[in-house]
Amino acid sequence: MPEIIKRNKALSVSPLKASNTVGAALAFLGFNRTIPMLHGSQGCTAFGKIFFVRHFREPIPLQTTAIDQVSAIMGSEAQVVEGLKTLCEKSAPDLIGLPTTGLVETQGADIEMAVRVFRETWPQFAGTAVVPVSTPDFTGCMESGYAQATKAIIETLVPTAAEAGTRPGRRERQVNVLPGSHLTPGDIEYLKDLIEAFGLSPMVLPDLSDSLDGHLPETDYNPLTIGGTRVSDLASVGDATATLVIGASMDAAADALAARTGVPDHRFAHLMDIDAVDRLVMALARIADRPVPAKIERQRAQLQDALLDCHFMLGMSRFAIAADPDLLVGFSRMLASVGAEVVAAVAPANAPALQDVAAAEVKIGDLEDLEIAARERDAEILIGNSHAVHTAERLGIPMLRAGFPQYDRVGGFQRTWIGYRGTRDAIFDLSNLLLGEERGEIHPYRSRLKQYPEDEREMSRPH
Amino acid sequence: MKQKEIAALLDEPACAHNAKDKSGCAKLKPGATAGGCSFDGAQIALLPIADVAHIVHGSIACAGNSWDNRGARSSGPSLYKIGMTTDLTEQDVIMGRSEKRLFLGIKQAIESYKPAAVFVYNTCVPALTGDDVGAVCREAQTRWGTPVVSVDAAGFYGTKNLGNRIAGETMVTQVCGTREPDPVPPGIEHAGFKVHDVNLVAEYNIAGELWNVLPLLDELGLRVLCSLSGDARFHEVQTMHRAEVNMMVCSKAMINVARKLKETYGIPWFEGSFYGVADVSQALRDFARIIDDPDLTRRTEALIAREEAKIHAALEPYRARLQGRKVLLYTGGVKSWSIISALQDLGMTVVATGTRKSTEEDKARIRELMGEDAVMIEDGNPRGLIDRVRENDVDILIAGGRNLYTALKARIPFLDINQEREFGYAGYVGMVELARQLCLTVESPIWDAVRRPAPWAATDGQSHQASAKSLSLAAPERAPVEVPSHA
Repeated sequence: MPEIIKRNKALSVSPLKASNTVGAALAFLGFNRTIPMLHGSQGCTAFGKIFFVRHFREPIPLQTTAIDQVSAIMGSEAQVVEGLKTLCEKSAPDLIGLPTTGLVETQGADIEMAVRVFRETWPQFAGTAVVPVSTPDFTGCMESGYAQATKAIIETLVPTAAEAGTRPGRRERQVNVLPGSHLTPGDIEYLKDLIEAFGLSPMVLPDLSDSLDGHLPETDYNPLTIGGTRVSDLASVGDATATLVIGASMDAAADALAARTGVPDHRFAHLMDIDAVDRLVMALARIADRPVPAKIERQRAQLQDALLDCHFMLGMSRFAIAADPDLLVGFSRMLASVGAEVVAAVAPANAPALQDVAAAEVKIGDLEDLEIAARERDAEILIGNSHAVHTAERLGIPMLRAGFPQYDRVGGFQRTWIGYRGTRDAIFDLSNLLLGEERGEIHPYRSRLKQYPEDEREMSRPH
Repeated sequence: MKQKEIAALLDEPACAHNAKDKSGCAKLKPGATAGGCSFDGAQIALLPIADVAHIVHGSIACAGNSWDNRGARSSGPSLYKIGMTTDLTEQDVIMGRSEKRLFLGIKQAIESYKPAAVFVYNTCVPALTGDDVGAVCREAQTRWGTPVVSVDAAGFYGTKNLGNRIAGETMVTQVCGTREPDPVPPGIEHAGFKVHDVNLVAEYNIAGELWNVLPLLDELGLRVLCSLSGDARFHEVQTMHRAEVNMMVCSKAMINVARKLKETYGIPWFEGSFYGVADVSQALRDFARIIDDPDLTRRTEALIAREEAKIHAALEPYRARLQGRKVLLYTGGVKSWSIISALQDLGMTVVATGTRKSTEEDKARIRELMGEDAVMIEDGNPRGLIDRVRENDVDILIAGGRNLYTALKARIPFLDINQEREFGYAGYVGMVELARQLCLTVESPIWDAVRRPAPWAATDGQSHQASAKSLSLAAPERAPVEVPSHA
């Protein structure tokens, strides 16, 4: 268990943290025909929008309640009601997510009340689901906001078994999935393929692999999300045979889902090493009551082979990682599984999951903290988001981009890290980064006693 | 910041549309608002000052979601690229510890990075809880001897434009005039060559484009005391009061800076643009005209003649490729006209331009360039822009990064013109880059591939891509989808 070192300086320098609020927005973006509206000033949304646009290279539906000086002081309920009405009139979304920001939480806004007022004033918009969630940016980080929004969506839109008459296992092939924010659209796509390989039918919430996987849709313009979990499908979540939960950050959302539906769940801290993926595959085999498909066995054998090939490079290699808690757990476990060492680990906010990080200590902090620790402990490779590029440059070590945001390369948003195959690709890439360095290379020694040919003699003179 | 002070900032006598509603007073519409807040505007305006520690005082969203996302470049220090924030926690907010955190934060920034100055940007949460950021900054400056400037532009004060003005106001009132310029280095001035000091206001050195222009100014003996704020240093901002002339570069964002410098120090100013051959030449001539040094005027004309001849030759091959191509331009304020002349230089036709943020003066210039019946787009919602592209057989949409992926999803060639872009288009040589980028997208072979339905897809009538022009553009042999009726 690592020692957790709390923040001990006044400033955050080269911040690692993205806000709780945009994390919540991300969860909503995994639902179809949806738009999140951040309850705050217009800048909260403008920044959040640019943050996601640059990462996904996609148009991102995101609106604002546009708090101004008057509503900041006098109360903002009317802004919420008007914003909801405007969105319903303009594009009749299936779902509007309503995450709060630090501004309105400091003000003491009662967002539940505002939504009730909207319902009473504008009953004609009952067809649009509205999910408010309290996600001020002075607590948590992106991962926690995403998890809280998912929990709020479940509590608002998934009916209890008693209400809807759902029964676990009625849809015997359906498996629910609650993916944490550390899973990319590529990860979720892989997970769905894996589940389908067992003859099961995945119901992912939220499903970013269907909305933000970067595909060119038929229609030329959409003010709402162009894919994702359908809100109407939430009614039958309670009929599933099982729920898979990926990432400890999703525990509270999973508890809420289990409490409402009684569907048994299987929880995984991460899926980035052979043990974790084995557990998932075993669970799927049991749920489906089928043997593991040959294709999956082959992928496992490929990962085993890669472990053999790569342990020479990765064994005793030294890593620095900055990431949200669940991703940090995943990478540290992956590296531990090939004998590498995480010598510097930083997370932007504390979380119970950090107890699972395979490292001596985890600092709650920023990229400056990572840089200091990495330099002190001679890290050889850095893993982090695009902001960390500058850190790696100053350290003079190569880096692998992971997490949010990744804006200086294309395609990072959809890379698959999990499963036998994702793990294999990651350890290949990390090994290649190490092979590119001159590790343990012995520099040539030119003896002054050696009998050099004429044209080499000049070089061997002592300087 | 008090309501009264904000109202004063919104009242801009140098602005042609000052008599109209104040932009900051227009109530924002919840659920239908786009664009940044005042903090965003203030930060954009000042962040390029490279040797300053820029501290964002607030909860994480303000800095955490936004730092390091601008294309402004520095020829020296990179301190401005390091995001710093007090990253306020719930405890700070509830227990009232945020002022103390800020005070210690300023100390930390000074000790770790030895900045030329510290700028502290106030944001919504501490503005609401009533932190006295100004007092903390004054105290910190007294204690540690490094200039500490408070920029009070919390997000809910208003729009990005208001934030630009607050930033400019802060520089003029707190920084300009606190230092005298360095003497001109020896050996540069001689008979017939006197160095004149100028400022560039609201030039941000996006993608380094200032460096396309600076060699020309150097050659003419125009010393840029300060570019506010592209590639600027704090001690340059301090000397802005000594310029002989200010150029307002391509933006009304900081018009109050030019006006105040005129009121306070009597510095004349003109508005100009470094985009397009004609505008670059005009800007150089305006410098010479106002400075009124016959040597400078003569050398300016010689330089213009030389550079124009050179660039016309360099653009010739591109002109042949871009001739007659239609552009829809949708960008803010002054760029609504400054880019037009650049595009016309290339032989392109601008079918319409956005004027949402333009002044009456801007619109007059647009009419000058595009004729009396110039089409001006007030509302730039994405659906409307796409429809206009279709209706006018437009070849390329030129707009801000906000519309980039909207255009691409609609399979429309696009050029990013705003501050997130990665290429510099200013100056004579910037035109070549602009032309190259235009050709690169307009002539790309991808358009046919992304517009063509899968070969197995049903071919019943209307295809979603639907624009006759967009299909025929890339694949002339393909029949237009919308066949005009001959009945």
